[in-house]
Amino acid sequence: MFENLTNKFEEIFSSLKKAPSLNEKQVEEGLRSIRQALLEADVALPVAKTLIENIKPKAIGQEIIRSTTPGQMIVKIVYDELVQLLGDKKSEINLNAVPPVSIMLVGLQGSGKTTTAAKLAQYLEKNNKKKPLLVSLDVYRPAAQEQLKILGEQNSIQTLPIVKEQLPNDIARRALGAASLSGSDIIIFDTAGRTQIDLSMMSEIKELKSTLKPAEIMLVADSLTGQVAVNIATEFKKAVDLTGIILTRADGDGRGGAAVSMKFTTGVPIKFLGVGEKIENFEVFHPDRIANRILGMGDIVSLVEKASQNLDQENIKVTEENLKKGQFSMQDYLSQLRQMKKMGGMEGVLSMLPGVSKIKKQMDNANIDENIIKINEAVILSMTKEERLNPKIINASRKKRISSGSGTDSATVNKLLKQFKMMTNMMKKMSKGDPKDGIPPEIFNQLK
Amino acid sequence: MGIFEKFKIGLNKSSKNLSEGFKNLVINKKIDSKTLDNLEDFLIESDVGVVSAKELKQIFTDTKIDPKKDSLNQVNLIVENYIKKSMKPLEKNIVIEEGIKPKVILIAGVNGVGKTTTIGKLGKIFSKDNKQVVFAAADTFRAAAIEQLEIWSEKIGAKIIKSETGSDPASVAFKAIEFSKKNNIDCLLIDTAGRLQNKKNLMDEFKKISKVLKKIDPNSPHETILILDATTGQSALNQVEEFQKITPISGLIMTKLDGTAKGGILLAIARKYNLPIIAIGLGEKEDDLELFRAEDYAKALMSSN
Ligand SMILES: Nc1nc2c(ncn2[C@@H]2O[C@H](COP(=O)(O)OP(=O)(O)OP(=O)(O)O)[C@@H](O)[C@H]2O)c(=O)[nH]1
Ligand SMILES: Nc1nc2c(ncn2[C@@H]2O[C@H](COP(=O)(O)OP(=O)(O)OP(=O)(O)O)[C@@H](O)[C@H]2O)c(=O)[nH]1
Ligand SMILES: [Mg+2]
Ligand SMILES: [Mg+2]
Repeated sequence: MFENLTNKFEEIFSSLKKAPSLNEKQVEEGLRSIRQALLEADVALPVAKTLIENIKPKAIGQEIIRSTTPGQMIVKIVYDELVQLLGDKKSEINLNAVPPVSIMLVGLQGSGKTTTAAKLAQYLEKNNKKKPLLVSLDVYRPAAQEQLKILGEQNSIQTLPIVKEQLPNDIARRALGAASLSGSDIIIFDTAGRTQIDLSMMSEIKELKSTLKPAEIMLVADSLTGQVAVNIATEFKKAVDLTGIILTRADGDGRGGAAVSMKFTTGVPIKFLGVGEKIENFEVFHPDRIANRILGMGDIVSLVEKASQNLDQENIKVTEENLKKGQFSMQDYLSQLRQMKKMGGMEGVLSMLPGVSKIKKQMDNANIDENIIKINEAVILSMTKEERLNPKIINASRKKRISSGSGTDSATVNKLLKQFKMMTNMMKKMSKGDPKDGIPPEIFNQLK
Repeated sequence: MGIFEKFKIGLNKSSKNLSEGFKNLVINKKIDSKTLDNLEDFLIESDVGVVSAKELKQIFTDTKIDPKKDSLNQVNLIVENYIKKSMKPLEKNIVIEEGIKPKVILIAGVNGVGKTTTIGKLGKIFSKDNKQVVFAAADTFRAAAIEQLEIWSEKIGAKIIKSETGSDPASVAFKAIEFSKKNNIDCLLIDTAGRLQNKKNLMDEFKKISKVLKKIDPNSPHETILILDATTGQSALNQVEEFQKITPISGLIMTKLDGTAKGGILLAIARKYNLPIIAIGLGEKEDDLELFRAEDYAKALMSSN
């Protein structure tokens, strides 16, 4: 069904003439099919709706990169939004606590908790050089404790010996003592499956949490989950304040909509993926892969990325030429800023400058704030073409217009203009030869 | 507690059962295209799938709901009738006929949906009916899968045929049907490992289990039941599709309807595949399995209290 989405897109957009930017009608139509794709990928309806609402203003007026179509541009915008939503950065597991550090896994019946407990133990052993202890608190399901014990034996991971008839809270206490004795620095607690509406079972995990004070309490959820994902994540978060989500069965055919729904409604980061039944089938979560899967349009995304990279390359060339001629415009500055944003910092800009290695040291500890880059971008976008080419004409009334257009104030505009001036001077110097004094530190300071 | 009451416990706690949701959408509202869109959206939220939601929207549109009369009641009736009409013909009971010994029931499904538990529950029903029941532990892969089935067999007084972990599941199934035939057993329930329908080797393995049984009884397995989990989204459709490609599925059981998932996907599956629906799982205990009844299912999905 998703494979067809690409065709549907082509259909919708082929009838439309190529425009330099996306207009409202194109966006509306494109987003309607995206919405359908999201729903069929099990993204919860309210989440799909909000996503679409967020994307709309970003898409309207978006420039269409040469050699791509409006449909492709929309897919790329949605993709970027999904990646951002799913987490810009990797969310590392938090082990900062006095050892033994407790980690608790909770979730619905059959979601994969026990298997995941063993996977996580092995992962921490290998990657974090930890000595884990596995503990099952599932006294209900037939052979649940036995299952974890066998997994421990098969993979030489220590498990807490089973004491029949002991209650979960007592097992938990026993585990804390046992770990200290055996020198285990991490204890992973597997719990029984429970539905989020089972009040007595939900209060059980609250009680366990207060006994264990775990550094991480993670929801183990099936990535094939449907619309109910929102309710599950919300209720578990309400009960025990989750610190992470682990999605299992990502090796299935699920589109991963549950991931989006859960992250979006709870803000709880997704930390790992289960990608098979074997203990080594366990991965750190990568937002971009899931985003690709939901849209089922990895090809389009990489196509647009490539096209925009090419465009960046062209822009860089133009900027370089301008530099050589000593004509550095606001437009060039904008493409530099965008490059910075994309490369996550100054490195992108570096490639354009002579005397790179010397400057690089300065930059490494410069720690540029992305927000300021964004603000500067907004300010430049509010300038007219004329103003961008020749910033000298920006007088008080123009400043007023630019600042209100970009949602900033005239101080911000002034700051940018000052920066630009410094930049131009520096560029002029550099274009004439090796900069003796390097880059004036103020430039970086202003980006912090 | 009958299905209706139990099913509703879960549904009531989920914030929106259908009727409640419809109420907010149609009472004192013009039934215009916006309202119809909202109705469609709301149906999608219940996992009934985009297709059923669209069909229902079409029926709403064609029916010309009269806002002067009780519009909520009209909408409710339309949905209830649609569910009943789609699902009533799919009701199916499993009977252990006198003539067939053993009646072989093979259980299939992806990981963690509730196969083993459902076998325990089915075994309970049959043995209460004074049938002799044997379980075959043909999940030789998952840790403690055999032990789990063993505990169930003790609980309900069934015999279990098993082998070591890691052994060939088809050979366990063969051993079990051979044993059952020899000992005049009424019913053989075969537990299999969870397998995702997109894994070819595991699907082939399932086919092999199904085939090896025919050496003893060419008509077996008499039933191949696919277990579905109510919390599963659109993947459930693919699960039905792919398992059916491997071997004919004779019926479905949907588990975990005691949670907040409404299992609306069952409607989508009914519309698309016309497969018999046998029972629904309403909890983890041995008695938490109810025969599927379209009326009850429709009512439970719809009613607010
Ligand atoms: N394909 C696949 N199967 C998985 C994955 N994680 C777990 N499983 C399987 O899912 C099934 C259920 O896993 P368990 O670990 O027993 O689940 P649980 O949450 O502990 O179950 P309960 O304790 O009964 O609530 C088993 O068959 C596992 O092998 C995964 O990432 N991929
Ligand atoms: N709430 C609820 N839980 C259920 C139901 N049916 C099964 N379960 C639970 O779901 C979990 C998985 O059940 P199993 O019977 O082990 O599932 P399975 O399909 O055999 O799992 P694998 O063999 O690992 O693939 C267990 O914790 C069961 O107690 C049900 O109808 N409702
Ligand atoms: Mg478990
Ligand atoms: Mg099982």
